[in-house]
Amino acid sequence: MSQQAYLFIYPCEITPLKPTDIQDPEYFHKVIDCQYACPAHTPVPEYIRLIADGRYADAYMINWHSNVFPGVLGRICDRPCEPACRRGRVDKDPVAICRLKRVTADFKDDIRARLPKIPSDKNGKKIALIGGGPASLTVAHDLMPLGYQIDLYDEQAAAGGFMRSQVPSFRLPLEVLDEEISYILDMGVTTTFNCRITSLKEFLQKGYDAVFIGTGAPRGRDMPNLPGRREGGASIHVGIEWLAAVSYGHIEEIGTTTLVIGGGNTAMDCCRMARRLGGKDVRVVVRGPRSKMNASPWEIEDALREKIPIMENLTPLEFVVKDGRLIGMHFEKAGGGKEPVFVACDEVLLAVGQQNAFTWIEKDLGLKLKNRWVPVIDEVTLQSTLPQVFFGGDAAFGPRNVITAVALGHRAAISIDLFCRGKDLKDRPGPSVTLSSQKMGVHDWIYDSRVTDEARQHVPTVETVKSIEDRMLEVELGFNKKSGKTEAERCLNCDVQTVFNFKECIECDACVDICPTSCINFLVNGDEEDLRARLSMPAKNTSQALYVSDILKTGRVMVKDENVCLHCGLCAERCPTAAWEMVKCFYACAKAGQ
Amino acid sequence: MTFTRPKFRHPDLPPNALGYTRRDYEGALSTLCAGCGHDSISNAIIQACYELPLEPHRVVKMSGIGCSSKTPAYFLGRSHGFNSVHGRMPAIATGANMANRDLLYLGVSGDGDTASIGLGQFTHVVRRNLNMVYIVMNNGCYGLTKGQDSATADRGSTSKKGAPNLFESIDLCELAIQLGAGFVARGFSGDKIQLVPLLKAAMSHKGFSLVDVISPCVTFNNTNASTKSYQYVRDHAEATGTLDFIPLRQEITTEYQEGSTQEVPLHDGSVIYLYKGEGARDITNRRAAMDSLESHRVESRIMTGILYFQEGIEDTHEMIKTSQQPLNALQQEDLCPGNAALQQLMEGYR
Repeated sequence: MSQQAYLFIYPCEITPLKPTDIQDPEYFHKVIDCQYACPAHTPVPEYIRLIADGRYADAYMINWHSNVFPGVLGRICDRPCEPACRRGRVDKDPVAICRLKRVTADFKDDIRARLPKIPSDKNGKKIALIGGGPASLTVAHDLMPLGYQIDLYDEQAAAGGFMRSQVPSFRLPLEVLDEEISYILDMGVTTTFNCRITSLKEFLQKGYDAVFIGTGAPRGRDMPNLPGRREGGASIHVGIEWLAAVSYGHIEEIGTTTLVIGGGNTAMDCCRMARRLGGKDVRVVVRGPRSKMNASPWEIEDALREKIPIMENLTPLEFVVKDGRLIGMHFEKAGGGKEPVFVACDEVLLAVGQQNAFTWIEKDLGLKLKNRWVPVIDEVTLQSTLPQVFFGGDAAFGPRNVITAVALGHRAAISIDLFCRGKDLKDRPGPSVTLSSQKMGVHDWIYDSRVTDEARQHVPTVETVKSIEDRMLEVELGFNKKSGKTEAERCLNCDVQTVFNFKECIECDACVDICPTSCINFLVNGDEEDLRARLSMPAKNTSQALYVSDILKTGRVMVKDENVCLHCGLCAERCPTAAWEMVKCFYACAKAGQ
Repeated sequence: MTFTRPKFRHPDLPPNALGYTRRDYEGALSTLCAGCGHDSISNAIIQACYELPLEPHRVVKMSGIGCSSKTPAYFLGRSHGFNSVHGRMPAIATGANMANRDLLYLGVSGDGDTASIGLGQFTHVVRRNLNMVYIVMNNGCYGLTKGQDSATADRGSTSKKGAPNLFESIDLCELAIQLGAGFVARGFSGDKIQLVPLLKAAMSHKGFSLVDVISPCVTFNNTNASTKSYQYVRDHAEATGTLDFIPLRQEITTEYQEGSTQEVPLHDGSVIYLYKGEGARDITNRRAAMDSLESHRVESRIMTGILYFQEGIEDTHEMIKTSQQPLNALQQEDLCPGNAALQQLMEGYR
């Protein structure tokens, strides 16, 4: 840089950026895209590295502590981590994080010895969990090791909630679910099944120190006002109730032509299940265009693979009933003529949304509800207006997904523990961050810094013909050890951070020159907008941070755009003064009892 | 140690006007010491070729022996190259240039390769004004043989060995100007903002262009008492004026204030814009350039930028009137024009 260029006077409206505070635990957390996007903040790269090493049980336990149901989530998670994956920004497809989670469950040894020890001396506090779904089970997972006595109540015959009643076995085999639920119930949870709580008032008489409500969003929305709904009633079912009935063996067959109304994941489960019950012609009908469907893209793909057509832009008008028998439906075609479209069918499944129902919570209890479906709760503590009652899972904020239910379960467990110990619920434990240098030799790292250009591995499935015949047969076979390792090695190790020590830097540009994705810049400081525009590759992705150093000898600052850093460690390898260092950041969420 | 560079590049990286991406100009992963100035120069070369733009297969990389001469492996992996004998790169470049005048010859050499063993070769290639770009990666020491002082090390400069250099140094730029080079520039590996346009201008100049780039040797010659260390160069460098290089056919988007810049047109229609700072000199005046270099040397200042520029000097081909066509494009009838032509030629000697 020629001398003149250093003489830079900031225009008065520009405030140069302050050096980035990397001590802030959230800074590096945000760089770990997958972990940051995960509601439960599972340390994804950490367990993926263990898979690549063949340490499946270790990888499983990292998951277990964080998301409680690795085997289940490895199959049915909504995977918010994958769209966030950095690989998706530099390569074609993100790492198959979800299916790698399944790898840990499939290939682990017996992990029972690694589960936390449950104290035989209880702490004297009794907690009730109403509803036995993922949120409640997470609360038990967190509080049992702390010595709480826990009673779980559920109206079903076994725990699992939504995961048991509505997720079809061809996506989630019962053994997997049973195994992971047993890890928690075997800690000594007292269970009361087939028991529907009809009055919270009566229930509170039992004198629990705290009550957690994790009853989910158990009611499927109906279309009660659509003409013909009552007359055709026998052939029209609410999707989630129908799925539950199938899973309990109450329903074993379906009509030849079935329409599934709705475009979410439940609709995808319904149509695929209908195929397995012998439905020859199953179609999905959605109101809007296919591109706007709520279902995850991979679930739509699975349905299409089973030859289930999706009819788009059709709004239901009426059920057509003839001689007391459903013969079809009329739809209004968006952008089409006035004439309704008739689609013949002899059975309809409605998958148009879910809601909670708190008819069993009395109004005079002091527990406020916003309306019939939503309780008034503190967003952080999940405490209701009745101090000893907490909410979690879908019951708290409406239908989301299993991983969110787990995250809310962890959060509620912290609150319940603080509450039972008479502590301030707002004074919550923070995340724990462990930073460890990855330096092993002169240019050697503890982590495998190589960036492979392997494509995303394909998950094999059983033949469609075979799987359609047996609703209990799992469609996906999962990765084997080899493809699992290949896929694991695609992980970019975003938790191994590039840490810059400005005092050591001699501004030789070696890091700038070697960086494959042109992330590193040395330039005169400016405000964020100005800096983002002036980088050698302008930093357009504002959801990703700029890492700004203190002022260097030439008066410039180092600015690194975190957006497409490959964490390959080449900057640190080429740095003559070790101003760059590769440091692993292990971020773990706060836990109850911490 | 990583021996491969990830394949992925920034997803927004645009192709240049010829449709090549920056990656098409890259080479293998460098095996030089971490922090070597030479790697920065390699990158500046990549950037200059990408920006101009040049077609990689129209470029020939020539080098001798030394750390500097290894670098052609690390850039322009899709160009021609010849790694020759120590100090003999100019001879090989001359031969290649005589055979095919249509390619761009990029000679890469070091201070040892140029100012010691190859000094004779260097002076004569300058005299002949061979149409090439001669880049010296100048670190003032023999890095490949553990850092002995080279002929460009300043008197008194002290490398890692700890003993000050006893001998007078050779200033390659001064030498080149004296010998009639038309384009002489000095850059610094730690300043790509200046180096990239310098290289682009040098590559567009017809005739011999010398770019002497001070390139600190981090391993042996980046000490506090060395005059070729990052710190020393930053503290003592003085640019002749910041510059912009606008290749032919490229729209000029910067607004130049009247009188603030010197406009230097090149033979192909490209233009160098020099911002006249305080005390800026006319770079087209040979005597002034020599004076300026001398006075800076006395004050222990390092002058960077384009030091001297003169268009229109005949290059070797023009001086010795060679074939307009590359030899490989000559047909049988050109090479063997028949007896009548021979007789005519013979007639000329009678």
